[in-house]
Amino acid sequence: MTKQAKAPFDASTIPNDLCPIASTPNPMLPGDWRSMRPVVNRDKCVKCAVCWLYCPVQCVVEKAAWFDFDLATCKGCGICMRECPHGAITMVEEAS
Amino acid sequence: MSAVLKPNQKFVVCDGNEAAALAVTLAQVDMVAVYPITPQSSLVEYLAKFAADGKLDAEIVDVEGEHSVLSVLHGATLAGARTYTATCGPGLAFMFEPYMRTPGMRMPLVMTIVTRDTLTPQSVWGGHQDAMSVREIGWIQMYCETVQEVLDTTIMAYKIAEHHDVMLPVNVCHDGNYLSYGATRCELPDKDKVHAFLGTRDVNWHAALDPERPMAIDPLTGGAGGPGPAMFVRYRKGQCTGMQNSLRVIEEVHAEWERVFGRGHSPLIEQYRMEDAEYALVTIGSMTGAAKDAVDEARERGQRVGLVKVKTFRPFPSKVVVQAFKNVKAIGVVDRSVNFSWNNGPLFQEVVGALYQAPTRIPAMSFIGGLAGADLTTGHFGRVIERVADMARGGEPGETVWLNQDD
Repeated sequence: MTKQAKAPFDASTIPNDLCPIASTPNPMLPGDWRSMRPVVNRDKCVKCAVCWLYCPVQCVVEKAAWFDFDLATCKGCGICMRECPHGAITMVEEAS
Repeated sequence: MSAVLKPNQKFVVCDGNEAAALAVTLAQVDMVAVYPITPQSSLVEYLAKFAADGKLDAEIVDVEGEHSVLSVLHGATLAGARTYTATCGPGLAFMFEPYMRTPGMRMPLVMTIVTRDTLTPQSVWGGHQDAMSVREIGWIQMYCETVQEVLDTTIMAYKIAEHHDVMLPVNVCHDGNYLSYGATRCELPDKDKVHAFLGTRDVNWHAALDPERPMAIDPLTGGAGGPGPAMFVRYRKGQCTGMQNSLRVIEEVHAEWERVFGRGHSPLIEQYRMEDAEYALVTIGSMTGAAKDAVDEARERGQRVGLVKVKTFRPFPSKVVVQAFKNVKAIGVVDRSVNFSWNNGPLFQEVVGALYQAPTRIPAMSFIGGLAGADLTTGHFGRVIERVADMARGGEPGETVWLNQDD
């Protein structure tokens, strides 16, 4: 949740025949092939951050009084719904 | 073993497994992940004891199997840690997937293979088949002859692996049974000198798990699509460059070790009584002791025989091998493992491969012995010497000889 303290890694400073690395984000995001999306019930969310901790793609976004999701990166796995101790998250089908 | 790192302690009596653990302690390794397996188990127990006694300041991770062992160390290395593990035989087989990825990610971690013959037939005893089976994966492999060489080489391995021109993992191979359990007097290098010798670790300058400089490690290169095959080829060639660079670095590090600690080991190959040799044996690992004794006995009988011990098997030091044999008329190569494809030994295959670069064809024969912990005695090497002497007199090289066939 904190901003980067250092400048992004400059790959041009190391030989380009060692370990393959990528320091620029890949434009491919899972948002457009997700079948279910998480929806937060703000009345139930106590901002405990359990969803933030468990989200494998780190798409949980902090809001003033609740947590929400960056739907461009969310792949719809539903781990947040399963782990939320307050039942504040439901998975809704993306159809239609 | 309570003697470890006692002030001013210079000598210990230890076996090869304890020597490796002592070296890991002296090298100030940050993280060790292990799964015990015969004949490596006592090495792990020594490490656990040294850590419990507060002599080894490392995180020791007991994981559920060797695949996780190396995966844990990948994470640790990318986070900047100096790392260590040891395994053999079936454990090495189970580790194969991350084992394959380690050199490609240019991780300078050090792993002892306490060599063991591979299954099946069932065996828990020594033999080089496990280490030889992974010879094309891109790890540096150094085979030790003595317990002292195990200790010294394990420390040197970090300096070789972490050299920025190398950046490759190193297998220090020591023979199961003979070196793992054979106890001998061993000189402990001074702790502060070892720390100065190795210097500050800098293992993830090229690829790091660091939230402050985020990056994807080992993403898809694109193969023939995306940026084209050139990218994949570039990394493969980079690995080969690192391997070839290591030949020079291995020599430099061994020379520096001798300067600092006053005790030396041959870096790539050791030449024993080769000055005026008419024919020669090639050995690898702990068998070399008995082979040198057999050479001495033959010399007393007036036979001009010499010996070349291969210490660095990967990368194969072909230039120095060819140079060593420039005046010999015949060669006998003794392997402790089998090359199933050629019906001879892998070391033999490497030697004859190197000798293709020699100006004239030198007759060579393959001898296989010491499988599954079998003893290789001066008697066995005496037979090898007689057969090679016959070739030097003009006799034809014969089929592979299995030295313990009738034992």
